[in-house]
Amino acid sequence: MLIPCPWCGDREEVEFRYGGPVPMGYPPDPQTVDDAAWARYLYYRPNPKGALEERWVHTAGCRRWFTVTRDTVTNEITPATDGSG
Amino acid sequence: MAEPHPHPQQLWRNPEPKHSYDVVIVGAGGHGLATAYYLAKNHGIRNVAVLERGWLAGGNMARNTTVIRSNYLWDESAAIYEFSLKLWEGLSVELDYDLLFSQRGVLGLTHSEHQVREGKRRVSANQLDGIDAEWLTPEEVKAFCPIVNISPEVRYRVLGGTLQRRGGIAKHDYVAWAFARKADELGIDLIQNCEVTGFDLDGDRVIGVHTNRGLIAAGKVALCAAGHSSALAAMVGLDLPIQTYPLQALVSELLEPVLNCVVLSNDINVYVSQAHKGELVMGAGMDAYNSYAQRGSPHVIEYQVAAALELFPIFSRVHVVRTWAGIVDVTPDASPIVGLTRIENLFINCGWGTGGFKATPAAGWTYAHTIAQGQPHPLTAPFALERFTTGALVDEHGAAAVAH
Repeated sequence: MLIPCPWCGDREEVEFRYGGPVPMGYPPDPQTVDDAAWARYLYYRPNPKGALEERWVHTAGCRRWFTVTRDTVTNEITPATDGSG
Repeated sequence: MAEPHPHPQQLWRNPEPKHSYDVVIVGAGGHGLATAYYLAKNHGIRNVAVLERGWLAGGNMARNTTVIRSNYLWDESAAIYEFSLKLWEGLSVELDYDLLFSQRGVLGLTHSEHQVREGKRRVSANQLDGIDAEWLTPEEVKAFCPIVNISPEVRYRVLGGTLQRRGGIAKHDYVAWAFARKADELGIDLIQNCEVTGFDLDGDRVIGVHTNRGLIAAGKVALCAAGHSSALAAMVGLDLPIQTYPLQALVSELLEPVLNCVVLSNDINVYVSQAHKGELVMGAGMDAYNSYAQRGSPHVIEYQVAAALELFPIFSRVHVVRTWAGIVDVTPDASPIVGLTRIENLFINCGWGTGGFKATPAAGWTYAHTIAQGQPHPLTAPFALERFTTGALVDEHGAAAVAH
């Protein structure tokens, strides 16, 4: 699988480490979060059959993180729209 | 090695779906078929359909590496997997079908000080749980499995290993077919090419399933769809803490008997056994990324084969015939999710990840109980979905994350 690094271009998958689906943000006020909401933050991630927004890091290249959208059935990747990652 | 079982022309009917059933099971893999069988046999519930999107036992049941063992770390896991192993020990007779269940021993190699400590700890935990477990020194490993390379000159030298002599393998297709035949005999409809596209709800209660072959009413609906569980559950707005990954495996050409046991190595992501027919069956570690594609990346296979060749130099000229991937449903604590849901009469059995095959009879037995009684079986009660909220996880990553 070729992964489009926003800075280095298409590179082999072995140059990257997977960061998983884009996580939900850290709860702004964790003291007020109940168990169910805390469980969602800790353990629940998107797992769609289809388009998935996910993080990769180009460990063997520029070592920068970025976000792409990949289809989990076809592995077709839509590159990040800007270089900011 | 044993001759294959002589095979009858037809093992089950191919019925049209009826308009309604007492129980509809979604997914005709090993777990779904076993659940159907035990619903009929243990609970007398026979008005049951098992719906399968593709063909019977064509998903992970056709793709796994058939390792059976019960030497898990925690009491909750050890209890369910040991119950399963005991069912395996009588299953060929129970189902009247030679499943080629072979208790040839499962050897778990260690290559680091940490793994040695973890392995010894697990042997002790297993013994306290009444499960057969032994710790072997490198020389004892070599005596038990003579083709393992225990030279200190390799990158990942063997520092010892765990051994469960009652562990082994079975012929995965025969297991599915045996459960299917018996379930069919007991009057259960096994319906292939029938994809569930939605659920019929009455408030917070499920009353049927929509399929590509029409609406089927159901008293109870039991999900049993492994890697596709998230997608199914999403149809009723139910989120699951599951990630779906490809898990690759391969077979070699047929060889004379050369490997007398199952060898697992968590450290270097290899597990290998020799099937009755003669091919080496090897599994790799999971691919890194979420996928439903039933295929993985070649470098995972390359890494696995490199490690296998260091362990078994004798395999250096063996040809790989075929590689493939199953898609496995992995939970945050590497333990399954079994039980009730917030939707009345909707049950789930999923999250068995990379190790569901060995649990097939116990998963079927306990899930059938859960469906029939409307409450968890004592053996699977610790594996309810609520544990992710209460925090009572059953963390089996150490014993089970890679080589289930």
